[in-house]
Amino acid sequence: MKTTTEQRQHWMSVLAKAPPETLLGLSEDAIKDIHFDIIRAPEVGLTQVRARMGNRGERFNLGDMTLTRCVVRSSLNTVGHSYIAGRDKTHALRAAQLDALLQDPQMGEVLMERVVQPIESMLADARASKQRETDATRVDFFTLVRGED
Amino acid sequence: MYVAVKGGEKAIRSAHELLARRRRGRQDVPELEVSQVEEQLSLAVDRVMTEGSVYDRELAALAIKQAAGDLVEAIFLLRAYRTTLNRFYSSEPIDTDAMEVERRISATYKDLPGGQVLGPTFDYTHRLLDFALLAEGEVEASNTEAVEARVDEAMARVSQLLEREGLMVNEADSGAEPADITREPPTYPCDRSARMQALVRGDEGFLLALGYSTQRGYGRNHPFAGEIRIGEVGVSIVPEELGFEVEIGAIQVSECEMVNGFTRLEGGEVKFTRGYGLGFGQCERKVMAMALVDRALQAAEYDEEIKSPAQQEEFVLSHCDNVEAAGFVSHLKLPHYVDFQSELELIRRIRTADAADNEEDRS
Repeated sequence: MKTTTEQRQHWMSVLAKAPPETLLGLSEDAIKDIHFDIIRAPEVGLTQVRARMGNRGERFNLGDMTLTRCVVRSSLNTVGHSYIAGRDKTHALRAAQLDALLQDPQMGEVLMERVVQPIESMLADARASKQRETDATRVDFFTLVRGED
Repeated sequence: MYVAVKGGEKAIRSAHELLARRRRGRQDVPELEVSQVEEQLSLAVDRVMTEGSVYDRELAALAIKQAAGDLVEAIFLLRAYRTTLNRFYSSEPIDTDAMEVERRISATYKDLPGGQVLGPTFDYTHRLLDFALLAEGEVEASNTEAVEARVDEAMARVSQLLEREGLMVNEADSGAEPADITREPPTYPCDRSARMQALVRGDEGFLLALGYSTQRGYGRNHPFAGEIRIGEVGVSIVPEELGFEVEIGAIQVSECEMVNGFTRLEGGEVKFTRGYGLGFGQCERKVMAMALVDRALQAAEYDEEIKSPAQQEEFVLSHCDNVEAAGFVSHLKLPHYVDFQSELELIRRIRTADAADNEEDRS
């Protein structure tokens, strides 16, 4: 089964948002027997962040953010890319390696189950707990009605 | 004019060593870690990221530590570091409609879809010093009542509600490539995209004062805080080698949409006008000030008389950057010995001439 662009976009997004230690821990075993050629060693640079006036109008430049990118080729002959916010080269290298392996049908299935899905549910939990904290500060307005019981 | 002088290397080295010792403070007090600044002085970090123009919490925290808490100096350090990095990409525009909201309030509608969410705010605190913070110890675990899972109601945008009724001027995308003042300094009059970029980087204190001045009558624009949002948004790029959009992570931003006084437009319709503010992290005061100034700077577009400082584009934009401003003020500390000597000579000559004149008058 060939992976679709949507599937790849999805795992790349999860790998980018993963807490680095968790990502490294979960994927250590999976990659240790595979050889990778470094095509573009992890390098740190900037991305200009753009926004829109009123979120609908003309675009403007908000400022830069740091970004680390990396490209590798696996011994399964797949090429993996990573583009990760921040300056963590280990994170970028591992994400590129995983992107390469996730494109291989057999490896891909295993890695989705062992790495991508656990991270995804961790991120969802973190989001939900933050959401609960936020919801506790939601204002409930009372409308005071006079002359009624 | 200043001239180069030689010497003083030893004194300079000693001064830097002394600075490092003073920054460290008393040895019996534990040294501050960068991660502590990042976590516990997060609003300072947010300001340095916004005005330093680099979203990177750790770098901003490091700059604050190195600058001993002088935020303008920290902003300068971050800007300087920024110039050492290559810019690989420009992101797709972030989408604040899709924000994971931590705070969202509106001063124009009490009830609105998605509700009002206060989030972590200094509003409603009594501004009394909390001496409990002087004592060491942990913040008590959350005693917030369990909140019922709420129906996921989409947060409608206040400006959209008004636009839909035709009550407010539209924001529309002409597809124009935005200006980049880091590559090409603005020329006046300039594009609104250049203004926005300059205002994001602009000094919060300066913009706050200008925004305040519009409220006090120097370029009134009758603002309402239509909506303020703080939360995380995803950032995506489209790398050429892939040709599709890739999410690289999320950043926290603050956003303010001001609803400003209505005016009769060219076509004859009466509509509210608007101002926009956006910044990195949690920087509500900054984005409110920015929105006020953004609206003030649209004076020309609405044929308003330009007579107040906040409405003068060149004045605002060429003075709002605190790195530039601090640089030019600081240059006064450089040796002006020769310059001053000639001034001294001149004033002495004039005074001698004056004295001679007075002598003549008397005789």
